[in-house]
Amino acid sequence: MSNLAALIAGLLFSLGLVISGMTDPGKVIGFLDLFGEFDYSLAFVMIGAIATHSIIFKLTKGKKPLFAEKQFLPENTTIDKKLISGAVLFGTGWGLAGFCPGPAMVNLVTGELKAVVFVLSMLGGMILFRVIEKALK
Amino acid sequence: MESILYPLLGGALIGLSSSLMLGTLGRITGISGIIGFSLGIPKKDDFWRLSFIAGLVIGGALLIQVRPELFSYQFNFSLPTYIIAGVLVGFGTRLGSGCTSGHGVCGISRMAKRSLLATVTFIIAGIITVAIKGALS
Repeated sequence: MSNLAALIAGLLFSLGLVISGMTDPGKVIGFLDLFGEFDYSLAFVMIGAIATHSIIFKLTKGKKPLFAEKQFLPENTTIDKKLISGAVLFGTGWGLAGFCPGPAMVNLVTGELKAVVFVLSMLGGMILFRVIEKALK
Repeated sequence: MESILYPLLGGALIGLSSSLMLGTLGRITGISGIIGFSLGIPKKDDFWRLSFIAGLVIGGALLIQVRPELFSYQFNFSLPTYIIAGVLVGFGTRLGSGCTSGHGVCGISRMAKRSLLATVTFIIAGIITVAIKGALS
């Protein structure tokens, strides 16, 4: 059942990404082009998502999920260099290509070589992080 | 009005998807984390992650059949740009423990300071990147 719920959530998520325009890298670049041809519309994706999710988060707070023993929420509250430098690197890549991880995955279905190359490079970056993290431990 | 309506609607679907994940599995819908932790040999506990990713891609595959015009955008940059951007996005999201979905939607909905700061940081980094790219071209 939990796998079915995750599958449906994935379907809903991709529908949301496509309808909202988040899968269009040109629109994403427009949203980040504050000093150029700024397109504010994607700000409303975050507004819509946060408005919906924050209500459900409050309603389900501390309650046992339907198919799990407990909620698995991040417990780390420290603001450190890892958080900030990670966000800087991610934001730079996001601005370069106009893809963040979710839309990049959905764009695989276009069959475009550039989308496939982006996703493979993203997976490479994640593996690189894992290798470095292990080496430093 | 329409330029805001679709982003809002899509955003609400994304928020609904994240709420479904929280309510059924008790999990945060952070796509970079879901992908990052799926790399390697899957354990039984990881199947929900693979199911979510499958839903994301299947959703896109269905949508492109029904409404191909929603995918009628171009990938405008050179192949090396997508490689560099992909590595930055992959590495950065793992180092910073999240992307647009995990920090931007779920984290801000939980009022997590770390996520708020990460989101502001990656948006600013994206804006600077697009501005520099614009100045150089």
